[in-house]
Amino acid sequence: MWSDTVTSVQIVVHTHAEGDWTVLTVAGDLDVVGAPDLRQFVMTAVREGKHRLIVDLTGVDFVDSFGLGVIIGSLKRTRLLDGDMMLVVPEPRIRRVFELCDLDRVFTLHHTLADAVEVGP
Amino acid sequence: MTDSGIGEEDPPDSESTFRQGQLVLEIPARTEFVSLVRVVVAAAAEIEPDMDSDRIDDLRVAVSEATTNAIEAHGLSGSLDRIRIQCNLADDEISVVVHDEGVGFDPEELPELPDPASPERLEYESGLGVHLMRMLADESEVSSTDEGTDVKLVVYSSKRRREGRLR
Repeated sequence: MWSDTVTSVQIVVHTHAEGDWTVLTVAGDLDVVGAPDLRQFVMTAVREGKHRLIVDLTGVDFVDSFGLGVIIGSLKRTRLLDGDMMLVVPEPRIRRVFELCDLDRVFTLHHTLADAVEVGP
Repeated sequence: MTDSGIGEEDPPDSESTFRQGQLVLEIPARTEFVSLVRVVVAAAAEIEPDMDSDRIDDLRVAVSEATTNAIEAHGLSGSLDRIRIQCNLADDEISVVVHDEGVGFDPEELPELPDPASPERLEYESGLGVHLMRMLADESEVSSTDEGTDVKLVVYSSKRRREGRLR
């Protein structure tokens, strides 16, 4: 089992393994400033061969269209490499942003990390 | 000395405007200021007792989208002018006008997003901002010319929304 925590200007990302999945636990705001940082963390993970990602947004306080765009791009990158990506989104106000853009039909939005690991994509 | 300008509009146009509360922010066209705008507008909305947290969350996202678009527009045009955010507070609604002097855009020309079930949907990483503004605000209006854009967003209190549905 490994884990790592990296802090950018706007967000904090803790990374650890959960079975076959790599979990990115994110805290902060996913907006025009924070979302590009998440993109870098995802690209680093993908470059390291981690193509099955769980992005845990439990600690995220705010998401706008920039955050959604980076998450859509991250899913695309993993699927291009025969991987996949799941999201953990327990906060109703964050889920609402996904739902208003019909992204709950693109991603399975899990309430907990345990649900994501148990149920899968 | 900070390069942001935060203050009450002066002088107030009338007694009623003063009572309603009007707040004006002027910020440099820099993305680092978007979170400041969210914090100030949300804090102003919290002053109104009828504005509950769900509606303030909607307002935060909508204002974030409009402010980010304004900053991008200034970046595209090379404008060094500040972006102006005017917030009008009333008992049952908050209206916000975000004004920029960048290149304008036609919101009707934005591409229609494919169905979420379609693989093509993943090709659209941007273009959700205007959609979110329209979904989250009770009224939204974009007035855009080559010389700039005004985005007006109005968010009603939950009480007003409920009363509206009962009529």
